[in-house]
Amino acid sequence: MTNWRARPAVRWTGVFLVAFSLAVLPFALAQVGTTWVRITDYAILYILLALGLNIVVGFAGLLDLGYIAFYAVGAYTYALLASPHFNLHLPFWIILPIGAAIAALFGVLLGAPTLKLRGDYLAIVTLGFGEIVRLFLNNLSQPINITSGPQGIARIDPFHIGDFSFSSYQTIGGLTFSGPIKYYYLLLLVMLGVIVINLRLQDSRIGRAWEAIREDEIAARAMGINTRNLKLLAFAMGASFGGIAGGMFSAIQAFISPESFILVESVMVVSMVVLGGMGNIWGVILGALLLSFIPEVLRWTVEPIQQALFGRMLIEPEVIRMLLFGLAMVLIMLFRPAGLLPSSVRKRELTQETL
Amino acid sequence: MDTFLQQIINGLTAGSVYAVVALGYTMVYGIIQLINFAHGEVVMIGAMVAFTVINALVPYGLPPLAIVLIGAGCAVPICMLVGYGMEKLAYRPLRHAPRLAPLITAIGVSIILQHVALLIWSRNVLAFPQIIPSRTYMVGGAAITTIQIAILAICFGLMAALAILIYRTPLGTAMRATAQNQQVAGLMGIDINRVIAATFVIGAGLGAVAGVLYGTYYGLAQYTMGSILGLKAFSAAVLGGIGNIPGAMLGGVLLGIVEALGAGYIGDFTDLCQYGWLAGSISACDGGGHFVLFGSNYQDVFAFLVLILVLVFRPSGLLGERVGDRA
Repeated sequence: MTNWRARPAVRWTGVFLVAFSLAVLPFALAQVGTTWVRITDYAILYILLALGLNIVVGFAGLLDLGYIAFYAVGAYTYALLASPHFNLHLPFWIILPIGAAIAALFGVLLGAPTLKLRGDYLAIVTLGFGEIVRLFLNNLSQPINITSGPQGIARIDPFHIGDFSFSSYQTIGGLTFSGPIKYYYLLLLVMLGVIVINLRLQDSRIGRAWEAIREDEIAARAMGINTRNLKLLAFAMGASFGGIAGGMFSAIQAFISPESFILVESVMVVSMVVLGGMGNIWGVILGALLLSFIPEVLRWTVEPIQQALFGRMLIEPEVIRMLLFGLAMVLIMLFRPAGLLPSSVRKRELTQETL
Repeated sequence: MDTFLQQIINGLTAGSVYAVVALGYTMVYGIIQLINFAHGEVVMIGAMVAFTVINALVPYGLPPLAIVLIGAGCAVPICMLVGYGMEKLAYRPLRHAPRLAPLITAIGVSIILQHVALLIWSRNVLAFPQIIPSRTYMVGGAAITTIQIAILAICFGLMAALAILIYRTPLGTAMRATAQNQQVAGLMGIDINRVIAATFVIGAGLGAVAGVLYGTYYGLAQYTMGSILGLKAFSAAVLGGIGNIPGAMLGGVLLGIVEALGAGYIGDFTDLCQYGWLAGSISACDGGGHFVLFGSNYQDVFAFLVLILVLVFRPSGLLGERVGDRA
């Protein structure tokens, strides 16, 4: 443990092992059931969301409770441009950047009027913003049908490059690739990209400026940091990651409705960031993984246990999941306020008593 | 004119309920600068408890008013207990933590309360039994029901009682002192913990009454009703100036009226057919049709719009002195 970083052989073996297990994982999961590959896909989507939100909350210290709105913007952008709804079928590599850009625009739209606000006000305004976006999605079916309202948009195109579709079965070299497995590799690729971007951002000039703003905004401004632009940048970047994740969600799911973008989802992403450790990329990933998989494990264990013990279902797994979320948020704040894997700076900050 | 007056009456009724809920937010904020996210859920629990009690009592043939009063009488102490419990368990240990920590705890508490309510009262929308005979009076071309009159009377009565409590009693003086400076108030012999707990309890009690009123007025209750109601009440508190008690009352009433007028008129304003130069080019307008961009289904947007506008242009609110960007 002491200096494994200094020993290239050990280090590269580790990297190879992780890479190998990530590459084999979907096939191992497919043995249990394709559902689990799908669950892993959604878990990676949540990692993308949590990493995006981490830029806003963890790096820049702006609590955003309406983050799911950007996910929704990305998802609807993809759905509208690649479905029979408007009879548009643009390829995904064109739509995803558009979705990211529109989400970033929404991020700036939200950020611009709220920049002056302090933490808790900001939280409420972003929460309101998320609800407004959802209300519009729900109601923009009249007088011109844009979003189909509560019915949502169905038959959304899967990703495809030429004839290669990401949603169909295919056998390559004796291995059967199902839709979720193909998406898994794509998502893995995107996730690695996002992780690299995040790691590089954190130590960059911008990342350090964000940290300065988070620690003490007035001092940061006095040091010549353009706090307004940097906060807007944090909003825009966080939002664009959300937009990309939303577009992919749309394609994987093939159906979206405003139901997928309710407040609880925002809260869930926030809890992932908080639980894992705000500002620490690996912590955030851990938080996202835990909160994506624990509910699924619960779903597969709680039901049979209750059936066996009481003969019927007393508490739905969904409710247990939410109760655990709430409890986790309270307990983490009480006993481990910096998260499971705290970032070093955040830890120092949160253990210090403020006057 | 009739619609206008009618919307004012409806807005005033909803607004006075918002005001009572907003008081809970503003009192807590004023004293420990915490946005008590879970306050909306306390209101919800108040409505739910009242629903259960009222439903249980209906078959016994008591007078309707007594049934509602007993319902409220059960809801208030239970909500007070909830308010006390969450202050003691979730917020008190974090009183000196950085601001983000109690805020996140508050979200957690709100999720817990919501889902405990789901377990007890199910997912369904519960219909309040309509037991109070509703009589309608005409005032200048608009209708006002007995329930509306009762809600207005109760809400304004509560606000007056709270004002007396805050400005005329020793507890109120202690609360104001604690809000100004906790440490100094402590040095003057005020038991800070007791005062803060009392603030939560009073706020929760007011919330319980508001929940009962809301339930009987709209006739519905659901475990999710707290979050949207809470958001609106919070917007009302910010509109009036958060931390400011008369401000919360003013903000609540104003927000209710803005919302009612907005919902009443937005459909007319955004009906493109009434603008002659546009109507010609929209086929839906032919033969007296309508082309409404935003209908009254956007009602819930107004509260957020008010919230954002206030925070941008006058973060201290109408009556407040605190500013939004205080570090």
